[in-house]
Amino acid sequence: MFGYEFMREAFIASTFIAITAGIVGVFVVSRNMSFLSHTLSEIGFAGASFGVLIGISPLAGMILFTMVSSIAVGSLSSESSRREASISTISSLFIGLGILFLSLSSQSSSYATNILFGSIVGISTKEVQQLMILAVVVILIILVFYKSLTFDSFDHIGARAAGLKTRLLSVIFLITLALSVSIGSQIVGSMLVFVLLTLPGATARYLVHSVPKLIMVSVGLSLAGVWLGLYLAFVTNWPVTFFISSFEVIVYFLGLSYKNWKLNH
Amino acid sequence: MIEAKNLEKRFGKQLVFKDVNFKINDGEFISLIGHNGSGKTTLVKIMMGLEKKSDGEILIDKKQTIGYVPQFRNIDLDYPLDIEQFVRLNLKWKFSASKRHEDNELVNEILEKTHLTELKNRPLGLASGGEKQKAYLAQSLLNDPKILILDESTASLDVEVKMQLMDLVQELNKKFKLTVIFITHDYELSKKYTKRALFFANKTIKPISIDDVSEDMFELGGR
Repeated sequence: MFGYEFMREAFIASTFIAITAGIVGVFVVSRNMSFLSHTLSEIGFAGASFGVLIGISPLAGMILFTMVSSIAVGSLSSESSRREASISTISSLFIGLGILFLSLSSQSSSYATNILFGSIVGISTKEVQQLMILAVVVILIILVFYKSLTFDSFDHIGARAAGLKTRLLSVIFLITLALSVSIGSQIVGSMLVFVLLTLPGATARYLVHSVPKLIMVSVGLSLAGVWLGLYLAFVTNWPVTFFISSFEVIVYFLGLSYKNWKLNH
Repeated sequence: MIEAKNLEKRFGKQLVFKDVNFKINDGEFISLIGHNGSGKTTLVKIMMGLEKKSDGEILIDKKQTIGYVPQFRNIDLDYPLDIEQFVRLNLKWKFSASKRHEDNELVNEILEKTHLTELKNRPLGLASGGEKQKAYLAQSLLNDPKILILDESTASLDVEVKMQLMDLVQELNKKFKLTVIFITHDYELSKKYTKRALFFANKTIKPISIDDVSEDMFELGGR
């Protein structure tokens, strides 16, 4: 399958996406932000359609929208009790906007399907390079703030007690999340990017008990999902997202069963 | 030493406390008692610099690091980290291998001090209430604090486990001259372990001897 250039590019791009999503996912799950990552995907869709409408790249539109809205959600919902409601509100607004932008621009509906559900054929060499740079930026941000981000994500109250600037950390994390969503949407689509941002991280929690190991397992499962998905999509001509999400869901349930089995033995 | 001089705190127009004057000596084990909402947690937040005072002074030597063990933590059954990894969250990033080695020794020493060595690989989500509190305590000890604040840390524990935890804190207090500030609603514990109390009532805080502490101060708190 590597005889085809588009498959090589898709493979490289997905590898970077999987590594980024695997790392960020560990923090998404421990910060209880699965719902937010889903919403950011929808916002990403609106951003991409906006990009198409005004003639900039969909990726740039996506980054613009997800960045602005993640910071908005962050400041609207510093109290976790209000977070669900404010996320729903912002999500509703952006789904509506996305559909409006798409209908105003002259693009066909297949373009919308690509943004929403992902595509392995639509990615160019230049886009792959952009993705790689963004992925490296996200990983670098996480590395720089690794210790404090870990403390805040796995023990928010303790981190505050220890005097960490938890609000600032929250904004920094939301920026990396927004970037990850924009990157991930390119292959698995904006509707299902949250699969990679939540399931491998959630599964890892059932298997290992330290942060470095959680990251390793999460990245491993994420990579296995996209590689297998790409291969099966190539062989069967079915959508890559179907295979990725099925794989991650199956592995999640296996992880959960393993944890329950271990509790009883 | 911690000293408050005419300390005052308001949230907007609402007065929490005023005319507060007290001294807490190094190595003292003191209770903070009073009704819910009387400002106990607000006072310790001011001590830690997490909340601003409205007026007056609070003097704490800058070199005296504070360890804080809060009342609630979001640790559910699925919480993934084991006890050792949870404690290690409070470590700073170290570049040199020798510093990291020192950190490992420090963590082992603190796990030993808090009687957690045998339990260090247990996922925190599956630990008992007492084990969790010991882990919170161990984590706060990593900064080598000179002052330890326990914010109702014993509230949800059964009597025997409470005593074990308090014996441990008393041991740290005596051996390492750790100043311990114990926010509590537990009359028996404050009588048994502390010699003085700061009593929060009538919008102010008064230092009193533990002999003058009565059970009704915990129930009504002089509302």
